[in-house]
Amino acid sequence: MPRVVVDVMLKPEILDPQGQAVANALPRLGVSDVASVRIGRRIEIEFTGEPDLGRAREIADKLLANPVIEDYTVRLVEADETADAHS
Amino acid sequence: MTTHPDPATRETPGGFPAAPAEPLAATVATQPGPVGPTRPVEPVRRPDQARPAPTGDWAHGLDTVSRATDTPGELQPYAELGLRDDEYDRILHILDRRPTQAELAMYSIMWSEHCSYKSSKVHLRQFSEKAPPSDRLLAGIGENAGVVQVSDELAVTFKVESHNHPSFVEPYQGAATGVGGIVRDILAMGARPVAVMDPLRFGAADHPDTARVLPGVVAGVGGYGNCLGLPNIGGEVVFDPCYQGNPLVNALCLGVLRVDRLQKKEATGPGNVVVLMGARTGRDGIGGVSVLASATFDEGSEQRRPSVQVGDPFMEKLLIEACLELYDAELVVGIQDLGGAGLTCALTETAASAGTGMRVWLERVPLREASMEPQEILASESQERMLLVVSPDKLEAVLKTAEKWGVWATAIGEVTAPSPDGQPGRLVVTWRDQLVVDVPPGSLVDDGPVYARPMREPADLILLQADRAETLPRPSNPEALRETVLRMIASPNLADKTWVTEQYDRYVLGNTVLAQPEDSGVIRIDEHTGLGVALSLDGNGRYARLDPYNGTKLALAEAYRNVAVTGAKPIAVTNCLNFGSPEDPGVMWQFAEAVRGLADGCLELGIPVTGGNVSFYNQTGAAAIHPTPVVGVLGVLDDVAERVSMGFVPRQAGEHDQLFLLGETHVELSGSEWAWVTHQHLGGIPPQVDLGRERQLADLLAEAARVGHVSSAHDLSDGGLAQSLIESCLRRGVGAQIAVPEQFADGSMPFVFLFSESAGRVLVSVLRGHEKAFTALCAERGVPWEIIGVTDQAGGALEVRGQFRIGLDELRAAHSATLPRLFGGSERAEPAQPTPAKQADAPVTDEAEPAAEPSAGPGDAGQPAGPDQR
Amino acid sequence: MTARVGVVTFPGSLDDGDAARAVRIAGGEPIRLWHGEADLRGVDAVVLPGGFSYGDYLRCGAIARFAPVMETLVDAARGGLPVLGICNGFQILCEAHLLPGALTRNQHLHFRNRDQVLRVEATGTAWTNTFQPGQEVLIPVKNGEGCYVADAATLDRLEGEGRVVARYVGGNPNGSQRDIAAITNPAGNVVGIMPHPEHAVEALTGPSLDGLGFFTSVLKHLVGAPA
Repeated sequence: MPRVVVDVMLKPEILDPQGQAVANALPRLGVSDVASVRIGRRIEIEFTGEPDLGRAREIADKLLANPVIEDYTVRLVEADETADAHS
Repeated sequence: MTTHPDPATRETPGGFPAAPAEPLAATVATQPGPVGPTRPVEPVRRPDQARPAPTGDWAHGLDTVSRATDTPGELQPYAELGLRDDEYDRILHILDRRPTQAELAMYSIMWSEHCSYKSSKVHLRQFSEKAPPSDRLLAGIGENAGVVQVSDELAVTFKVESHNHPSFVEPYQGAATGVGGIVRDILAMGARPVAVMDPLRFGAADHPDTARVLPGVVAGVGGYGNCLGLPNIGGEVVFDPCYQGNPLVNALCLGVLRVDRLQKKEATGPGNVVVLMGARTGRDGIGGVSVLASATFDEGSEQRRPSVQVGDPFMEKLLIEACLELYDAELVVGIQDLGGAGLTCALTETAASAGTGMRVWLERVPLREASMEPQEILASESQERMLLVVSPDKLEAVLKTAEKWGVWATAIGEVTAPSPDGQPGRLVVTWRDQLVVDVPPGSLVDDGPVYARPMREPADLILLQADRAETLPRPSNPEALRETVLRMIASPNLADKTWVTEQYDRYVLGNTVLAQPEDSGVIRIDEHTGLGVALSLDGNGRYARLDPYNGTKLALAEAYRNVAVTGAKPIAVTNCLNFGSPEDPGVMWQFAEAVRGLADGCLELGIPVTGGNVSFYNQTGAAAIHPTPVVGVLGVLDDVAERVSMGFVPRQAGEHDQLFLLGETHVELSGSEWAWVTHQHLGGIPPQVDLGRERQLADLLAEAARVGHVSSAHDLSDGGLAQSLIESCLRRGVGAQIAVPEQFADGSMPFVFLFSESAGRVLVSVLRGHEKAFTALCAERGVPWEIIGVTDQAGGALEVRGQFRIGLDELRAAHSATLPRLFGGSERAEPAQPTPAKQADAPVTDEAEPAAEPSAGPGDAGQPAGPDQR
Repeated sequence: MTARVGVVTFPGSLDDGDAARAVRIAGGEPIRLWHGEADLRGVDAVVLPGGFSYGDYLRCGAIARFAPVMETLVDAARGGLPVLGICNGFQILCEAHLLPGALTRNQHLHFRNRDQVLRVEATGTAWTNTFQPGQEVLIPVKNGEGCYVADAATLDRLEGEGRVVARYVGGNPNGSQRDIAAITNPAGNVVGIMPHPEHAVEALTGPSLDGLGFFTSVLKHLVGAPA
């Protein structure tokens, strides 16, 4: 069954202290060619029936993202694709 | 941000000096900025990088001073920025030309209500004019925060500020950055921040939007303060429908400094380097000061969604440590925090207060977004930044310290000399060699408009005052009284606030001697001598609505008494004045009355106002909040080991302490919590306030604590004696037996005895064998007293003879269930057994609070991805 | 000779001063160590204090474990140096794989600060040898990510080897599996604890003096340890 994936990211103009802290730590691991890091959240939604993008968007707008400071995207993925994302 | 304006006006230029004398030679090396192993950051923008096209309505390229001179007729969007016609004319007059975009942004910010205090200035003067003499005050009104000397070596600084509007828009970040802002004010005085407190006011407890705002605000206060390592030692959580569309989020910070470490904000010494330290500058809260902080909420505010500032407490922690290291090494000449008005405020205030000028290369400011315009950089409210003035030979050492702590530090300009004719210097800002700002700094700081706005007593006040709560039906039999007791302690304003306060770290730094729910927070500031300070913040919007003059005095009296019950000697006052729109004559009258009340009250008590903050435009549509002056009082304890807690002390079997009620109880129910909870009634005249008696009471309590007569002391305020008795019982699980005095025996008088909110009263427990000495002391100090009962550990209940007996378990269950029920966290009800008190003399914390099994609460996914609170 | 106990300060450490005070009250000499320096300055034991190292960004302790001081410390701990990780320090020890498992967000999702009863179960460690087995102590807990998790096999092994140092009693404040509040490594020299013993060392500022035992234990351990 396909799932709906919601990616929530801070809006570009909003400060991301987490991403900044990670970027600043990278040189200690010998990584020097990273310009910036931004951290977001990925949320996977499984519907009981057919995945409903409109519904997912509504959930994202009302609950998953804080529209004052965050943007989100909604997309469909196959179940195995979801698994791949973790590998 | 500045505090209440300095009443002393500085000389400001009458004429218009020509362009500054050759400040353009760059003697300051551009600093690469960051730094070190922890923060090896890439340059944000290369000098050769193409400048993107400007945005917004003024798409004419860079608006330079010469362009402004050449295009005098070009339309300026001053009205959109909140400036009035006459204010704009004044700018034209000061500059003798139209302002550039950058200058217009700066004037609009600095002349906003938030920064200029233009409506409040004429009233706030009373705080200085009526100030009682004090030889402790090292810095007062007009500084970032008042500084009070407490020993030969040590001083403390404290201040409370509002962050109301941002917290309604984005509760978590609004509250978090409110804490961050006040902490930087304290840091700028040269002090190490050592504690925070937060008076919070929300709409009706059961309103759905309160369920959005409160958890976010509490998490924000905790998230920032906890991550900064500052104990949260007290505050208020108040619910009232008047705050529904306009919650009040006030934040206080307390700092400690060595007297010789006091820092100044003056940018003295021409040739000194101006350094920006801390976070990079982004588009946070652009226009926030003039648009967000001064605009009233209306239907459109949810759509407007202005750019919210995001706090980074980790950066602030590093900034604190870096600044303190700079102070210790005596590396800075002047320092100012960047608050609501960002770089604009910091540059103009530091220069204006020294009478110097300043030359700033704006492109040197490290940016988060390369496309930022000069006016955006000047207006940005990005958090966690400080402006330093450094002598050139110390610059290297300053940058090294910043590097050690992993914060950016960049030389962005230099101090310039006043003009040879004695006029103050000018603030000159270039953007890639183009002149974009050339202004007299004092014109932004001191020459803003000042309004004596029309005032009129609200037309409904007479009727409101005539509608007295003393005429409402009262419980007059034991069953009704018992029911009232249980209902009142469960009502949102009187209920246990552990749900809120356990989200705050009260232990960090290891100097917290008393914290919430005690009457005051008490912090040890010297481990060797035991010297400490007590702090309390109080306000009562209902009282102030009924009578702003006396309502404000009542808030002062309560904070003063709350400090006194710990045994501390009150010495200084701060305030946060939350009101509706100053353009409403009724609100302006309330404000004027409140200020007059506070100034008069401080004079009567003999303690000065050291600083504070005004927040106007707290209203939704035409409906203003109750006038809500929040008053903070600071006291000194020579030895914190002598502090007195509010909890009854456990005794061995058969032993008990005697309970004394100090002060006089009258039939005073108007504006009371009971009238509101039971009858949704607000009317009448609030309780009388007699500050002379408060003073006698405070003297008595300090002496009794010092001699060791009293084992507990608890202020009586909202909810009256019943509330104080129950809180003192539940603190350490010790019951009490109370006999209603004869004059309160009949009819509904037992109810009056328990629920009247007469001021100037304290419940104390007196150690066996000390009664005679204590009553003699009361007589000597002229404080009325009455013995009303005894503590009773074995009984495990609060018993009011002839009326009711309620087990402590039942009281605790009623008292503690309300907030979890309203705001989730869905605590499993646990048997209400206090955990054993390990140390009889360590009543600091909620020992009596049983740990509960957690269960997953409602997700807070709506919360921004701030730092996880650990 | 007074035992020298190092207290590491990371950027964002908050309870480092309190840990040093606790060492001093217990009778040891606190030595402040800086995250950026690999040199342990010859200390006899180390405390990783509470706080929000690196803002707790990414994961609590995830960035701190790469600090220069940690490289030396990990080797020294494997060689038997007593190390106590408190709260954030516990998280760092797990991220550095000196202790198994991980600490995750409190089940109720709130930061929680309260006085907590613990039962000390393992008294053979370098940090708990002055307690009686089963002794109940009252110590403040304050964390947002204190929920201890590990797979069942690890939990069984910890229990089987007697490496659960302390458990929450009278209510679990964060949802930790099997009410685990503190664990140790097989050698007993490395202990991670979520509650804050350094906040229970003075009658004036703490709910009890029970926290002192952790610091007196290591001093006793060091006296008994071969030089």
